Formats: sequence, structure tokens, C-alpha cells
Amino acid sequence: MEEKNFRNKSSVSPESSKWTDLRVEIIIGNLLRIGVIIAATVAFLGGVFFLISHGIEKPNYHFFNSEPSPLRSVGGVISEAISLHSSGIIQLGLLLLILTPIARVAFSIFAFLEEKDHLYVIVTLIVLTFLLFSLSGGKL
Amino acid sequence: MNYLELTLIIGGGSFVAGLLGALTGLGGGVVIVPLLTLALGVDLRYAIGASLIAVIATSSGAAAAYVKEGYSNIRIGMFLEIATTLGALGGAFLAGVLSTQVIAVIFGFVLIYSAYLSSKPKEDHSNDIQPDPLAVRLRMNSSYPTSEGMKQYTVHNVGTGFGLMGLAGVLSGLLGIGSGAVKVLAMDHAMRLPFKVSTTTSNFMIGVTAAASAGVYLNRGYIDPGLAMPVMLGVLAGSLFGARVLMAAQVKALRIVFGIVILVMGIEMIYNGLAGKI
Repeated sequence: MEEKNFRNKSSVSPESSKWTDLRVEIIIGNLLRIGVIIAATVAFLGGVFFLISHGIEKPNYHFFNSEPSPLRSVGGVISEAISLHSSGIIQLGLLLLILTPIARVAFSIFAFLEEKDHLYVIVTLIVLTFLLFSLSGGKL
Repeated sequence: MNYLELTLIIGGGSFVAGLLGALTGLGGGVVIVPLLTLALGVDLRYAIGASLIAVIATSSGAAAAYVKEGYSNIRIGMFLEIATTLGALGGAFLAGVLSTQVIAVIFGFVLIYSAYLSSKPKEDHSNDIQPDPLAVRLRMNSSYPTSEGMKQYTVHNVGTGFGLMGLAGVLSGLLGIGSGAVKVLAMDHAMRLPFKVSTTTSNFMIGVTAAASAGVYLNRGYIDPGLAMPVMLGVLAGSLFGARVLMAAQVKALRIVFGIVILVMGIEMIYNGLAGKI
């Protein structure tokens, strides 16, 4: 049944389907651009605050000792940024950047739904599940 | 060296990496890790975390420009992202298990392979043989704009391409790179896509692949704000600037120079890994 639907779908005239694809791609392009601009702005502002308060301190990156726990989870980063800690603001910018391609995948689900392309709705849901699993630190 | 000096040095180095990456089409991510570890002595795990962030920034920034041209194929991209994101999760898991020496040696070999690929001219595959029936079922065959109007293309060897993409994902999650070299192997050689379609679709996928491992890296504490911030901003600025000056540049000579730089870095990564200096 699923396959029959699918074959009917592919016999839709290529022009109308192409138009939708192109429109979707333009929205996705803008989504990505806006995401990157916001993320870079937040990280830049956090960076300026960070350098004003810590600029003359000496960093130690030669030895690895994992980030403090608030900077390691989505909730922790948000609360650090709300308390206006400079490293929390930078980390929020980085988190927004990570969320940008994830938002693109989430948006694609709606685009495929609108095109009634159920096969690709499922494909996209699988990809989104992997991404959210990663972001939650494997605790999904 | 204090934070301010380190930020400026890393920001400047990342700008150059992003610029060369955009001009040569090799991506800046591949040189960020060697730059941070070999030149500045940063721990490999921090370097990989920062590099992943840079990879997401350049991929998303450039994709915005590419998608409007109508070359990228979102169905091929989304289908293969199942393989790359799963691979990236596996790679990020491996990064927590393998020693930094082993990771450095693998990194070195990937750099050398990328340098080798950059020395070869890009081939465009024509569609003279039967397409993969799986590609038909997955609605992958499409068309792209050329100077003579829209040109149809068909997709081959979907299974092989999917497997290679899984490998690209593992390397991306393990090494914090975009794995452009392996993606080219999968899409150009196995799936026989026209290279304009494969380059833009691959670029489109890189950000999603990197996001799949970046989550794991964030949760493990491998992403340091003081380090990732100048890397991200530097690479982003460099690649945007690179895209602007692309027309005027002597790309061929640059590709050779950048290829040699990558080759030398690859050999040094392997040496440092074997000597336990990383």
C-alpha cells in the first residue's frame, strides 16, 4: 500500500515538485543563515565580556581536564548564560550553532509532510532522533 | 601567553584556515586540529571539539548560498544523513575510548588521503549505465541547472554510498572534521553524481553530521568556550571572505600549496602520535 502511494507520488509532474523543492531549499538556506548570524553574534559578545574579565589570565589547554559541569549540558549552559557569566554566553552561542542544522532537519519534516512524501518524513525523523539523542548526552 | 593573545593568534590562524578552505574547496576544518595541537600544544580533545564547531559554522554559512543555486539534492542528503549521523555518534563514542595517540595517527592518514585527493582533477561522471533501482524507489534521481538548461542525472550504487557515508560519519565524529574527502569518494565515485551536485549536497550534510557528534562532545566537556569562540569566528569570517574573492584567485596554485601543507601536517600528526607527543 505504502509503495503504491509512493509510485503515484513520483508520477506527479516534475515541474510542480521541483518548484516546491526549490522553495523549501530557499527557506532552509535562510534558516541556516539566520541561525549562524545569531550564534556568531552571541558567541562574539560573550567573547568580548570574557576577554574583558579574563584577558590577562593564563589559560591551560595543554592538559585535558573536562569543562565544569554547568557548561556541559543544554540546561546548564542556558542557566549560566542567564546569570550573564561570560563563558556561559559563549557556550550559548556555540549551542545555538549546534541547534542550527538540527532546526533545519526538524523543518524538513514539515516540508516533506506538505509534499506528502511519507517515506522521507520517516527518514528525516530517524535523523532527528539521532541528533536529539546526541544533544541529550545519550539520555533520550 | 594570556587569553587575549591566544584568542588573537587562534582567531588569525582560523581565519587563514577558513579562507584557504573556501578557496580550495577542501574545507578549513581539516587544518584546525593540527594547527591547535602541533603549533599551540592544545590537548587533542579540546582541539577536536573546537574544530567541530568551526565545521558546523562554515557548512551552515555556505549552504545558505548554495541552496539557492538549485544544485543540492535534499533527498539524497537526508537519506545519507542516516548513515553519517549514526556514524558520527559511533565516532564520538570511539573518541572517548581510543587514546589520543591512536586518534592522532588516524588523523594523519586522513590528512594524507585528503592531500592526495586534492592533487587529482575532479572527474564528472556521465550517466551511461543503468541507475540503481533503489535510487528510483528513494526518488533520488533529479536534475540540475547547466549552461544548456536543466540536465537529468541518475544515482548509482546507493548501498556502497551509504556505507562509505557511515565511514565518513565515524571519521567526522572521531576527528572533528567534515570528512569532505570520504564524502567525495562516496558521492562522486560510488554514486556517480555530477560533482556540482555532490559538492553542494555534501556541504549541506556536513553541518548535520558535525552536530550529531558535537552534542556528545558538549556533554563530555570537550567544547571549551575560550578556545571554540575564536576558532568559530575566525573560520567563519575566513570562509565568507574566501567565497567573495573566489573568482579572482589563482585557485590551481593555491590547491597545490594547501595540499602540500595538509600532507606535511599529516606526516607530523602520525609522527607525534607514534612518538607519544600528543
